[in-house]
Amino acid sequence: MIRNRVLLVLAATAVAAALALPFLSFAPNRLLSGRGIALSAVLDLPWGVALLPGVVLLAAPFLRPSKTVLAATVTAAILFAAGLVGLAGQHAAQLAATAAPAARTSFGAGFWIMETAALLAALDGVRRLGLSPPLRIAVGAAALALVAVQVAAGHLDQLSILKEYANQRDVFVAAVVRHGVIVAASLVPTLLVGVPLGVLAQRSRAVGGIVFPVLNVVQTIPSIALFGLLLAPLSALAGALPQLGISGVGLAPAVIALTLYSLLPIVRNIAAGLDGVPDSVRQAARGMGMTPRQIFLRAEVPLALPVFLSGLRITLVQAVGLAAVAALIGAGGLGAIMFQGLFANALDLVLLGAVPVILFAVVVDAALKLLVALVARGAA
Amino acid sequence: MIAFERVTKRFGPWAAVDAVSFTVEEGELCALIGPSGSGKSTALKMINRLIVPDAGTIRVAGEDIARLRPEDLRRRMGYVIQSVGLFPHWTVERNIATVPDLLGWPQARVRDRVTELLELLKLDPRRFRGAFPHQLSGGQQQRVGVARALAAEPRILLMDEPFSALDPITREALQAELATIHRETRTTIVFVTHDMDEALKLANRIAVLDQGRLVQCAPPLEILTRPADDFVRDLVGREEWGLKVLAVETVGQRVRPDGEAAGVPLPSAMPLRRALSEMVARGTDRLPVVDDQGRPAGVLHLADLVRP
Amino acid sequence: MTGRVLDLLTDRLTLALLVLTALMFGMPALKPLFAVLYPSLERPLYEADSFLALTADHLALVGLSSLGAVLVGCTAGIVVTRPSGAEFRGLLEAVATMGQTFPPVAVLAVAVPAIGFGVEPALIALTLYALLPIVENTVAGLEGVPASVLETARGLGMRPVEILLRVELPLAAPVILAGIRTAVIINVGTAAIASTVGAKTLGLPIIIGLNGSNPAYVIQGAAVVAVLAVVLDFGFDRLTFLLSRWRV
Repeated sequence: MIRNRVLLVLAATAVAAALALPFLSFAPNRLLSGRGIALSAVLDLPWGVALLPGVVLLAAPFLRPSKTVLAATVTAAILFAAGLVGLAGQHAAQLAATAAPAARTSFGAGFWIMETAALLAALDGVRRLGLSPPLRIAVGAAALALVAVQVAAGHLDQLSILKEYANQRDVFVAAVVRHGVIVAASLVPTLLVGVPLGVLAQRSRAVGGIVFPVLNVVQTIPSIALFGLLLAPLSALAGALPQLGISGVGLAPAVIALTLYSLLPIVRNIAAGLDGVPDSVRQAARGMGMTPRQIFLRAEVPLALPVFLSGLRITLVQAVGLAAVAALIGAGGLGAIMFQGLFANALDLVLLGAVPVILFAVVVDAALKLLVALVARGAA
Repeated sequence: MIAFERVTKRFGPWAAVDAVSFTVEEGELCALIGPSGSGKSTALKMINRLIVPDAGTIRVAGEDIARLRPEDLRRRMGYVIQSVGLFPHWTVERNIATVPDLLGWPQARVRDRVTELLELLKLDPRRFRGAFPHQLSGGQQQRVGVARALAAEPRILLMDEPFSALDPITREALQAELATIHRETRTTIVFVTHDMDEALKLANRIAVLDQGRLVQCAPPLEILTRPADDFVRDLVGREEWGLKVLAVETVGQRVRPDGEAAGVPLPSAMPLRRALSEMVARGTDRLPVVDDQGRPAGVLHLADLVRP
Repeated sequence: MTGRVLDLLTDRLTLALLVLTALMFGMPALKPLFAVLYPSLERPLYEADSFLALTADHLALVGLSSLGAVLVGCTAGIVVTRPSGAEFRGLLEAVATMGQTFPPVAVLAVAVPAIGFGVEPALIALTLYALLPIVENTVAGLEGVPASVLETARGLGMRPVEILLRVELPLAAPVILAGIRTAVIINVGTAAIASTVGAKTLGLPIIIGLNGSNPAYVIQGAAVVAVLAVVLDFGFDRLTFLLSRWRV
């Protein structure tokens, strides 16, 4: 009898992908398209063993979902996911031993589907177990760590994405740093302007009536358009006042645009957070003789904090994505690598830029969710 | 009309309804009463098969309802719940027209029926037919809920604590209107409540449930004067028990056919409790009585109220 | 009569539409203006395609991907809120929430190694990305239907399909529409960036302008796509208002 239809669907999808789709793709050089390599062709030891956890995943849908079974499913899924990566790395190394240096071995469609199915199986198991947010993040970190260890050990070096990384290591590191700088730099003006604006907007309906519609319109404008529209005034400003050290392209328009986009979530969440403070709390604080400043700092801020942090989370995740687009106006960062790959038809370069951007966003999201959970628990 | 034959429903190991058997005659208003968890709502929902019994049979007009398609069964019955559940995106008119529309009534007939029902429930059709539920008060919403339940002229009306969420004044008004509607339409009504006074006021027959078992099923006077056990006695309440008995009987049941007395006469359908109140108010121990047509029917003596 | 015309004219949706129409058809008329602003530019006006055609292509990409996302996403949301599909709900919601942390531009870029260049990866990426808020909002909207309403609908004798079509979906519509709106607005922006993967949209003048240091092109493309996005947003706002007359 089927006990876990979700897992069954995922397992079936993975099996179908393993049989029907290429696991890896091997091309003699960057320009030619690769030929597919099936999973069955790469099952050599020692990494072939890594597929054994897959047996657990095939059996688990028919077992009663007790805590043990679920924990075993999650563990098996993570191991299987890491094992697939290791298998790919092993085979890439084997191929590289006899091929020209320009040859590329990259992940095929089959790999991506199996990997996604495994990670979703882990996610499903984590959900059914009802783990708390910190524990869920720990599981995610473990999954990531199993791959990171392989990267650090050099096992995956012959996969095209890492060969690309090896070629571009300095550029890559500089791009990551730059990407972080753009996001962090925009955070300062966002908070400086957004926090007071949010407080004002919540207290005065007139202010709110102007601020929210304007910010809503800004939010609607496509990011690349906003970057573009900032070019002209900023170039003019740079031309008129060269001592400011800004120009129409690069960091300045990026930071300004990111700030503008970040204002709405911050302002909206501060206003909502303050709105959510019950009036009775404010009245009690006044009754106890607190000054308005004390009421704000000791009563309102702590209660509004979780909602504000949620807004900060949305802002930061959004900013990571916007910073990638800002590469188009010369701001640098991981987006530069991504677009360089797109313009030059170098697909592994594209992945080298895009995958870290996604990881960056996911990590920021998880970190802030953890922070919100800790603050909420502390407040309770 | 409705017959429960050893009906049982279990949720896990615990029996919400335990081998319950009783009948509701056509045209009767039967109140299902008991504390929370007694199974009264569950029993009601088995009549329109929102819940399916694990054992036993329920017959409506002699037919085993398990044989019918649930939707067909439900379209023949009216259903009113405590939280009303009006469709917020439909006007009052369209809400009331729900079942007639499902049955495919012609538009003109539906419109007339809506007008008729709004008037029956004392809602001005011109004001209310185009209104949306959120524009109505709680009492008005429940009136629409009752109208909706009656729209397709069902022979059976199921009501699950319909007035419990309303304020006492609105509740009393709606109880009175339900009594009138019951008298005029002769619909069979099964009415769940936890309020014994409501049951005593409205019901022809009261079925008392305790933890899924039927403790007693009898007319109000019998529940009052011959309760099956302490549970029923406690449910009725010992305070002002005497007044509850008086509330259930009418003047006509204790009038002495001959004799005369002074004063504005009492209608013979008036509950004895009000008659007592009148006597106290007027400071007399006897009052004349008239029947439905206004003809003299005798005299009511205070002494007769007290006789065993 | 004049009152209603005046209302229409000062209505922000109408105004935005007028601006958009003016830009789409009248951009060539602004050529002298750009020539004056940027005298050093040889080509002050983007002329390779008409802005009308670019807008149409842009809308086609956004429209097609949104339609696909609505069909798949709403169906998934409905299935997952029925008893038979409830088992899949948790994972679907988790994926939809998590997926929305992925920056749209990165999802677009990743589609290229998988599918190639052109309008296809853009269409796939935009559809996938639009699925997330639509699924999330379809589930939330259907969940938000009060239990008492569902109970009476059943009790009155409506069949499950009738309940879904006549009660649940109309009541969930405003929330679902909000999800569609979010998806469309994000997709308008991502579709502009899709010019980098070979799709022809309003982003093309912007990208060409950025690559070739032609600020006039950039401004022209940016202005049209910005107004387009605003028009769509105002439009959804109006639609939501029209659908919600029964709400408190």
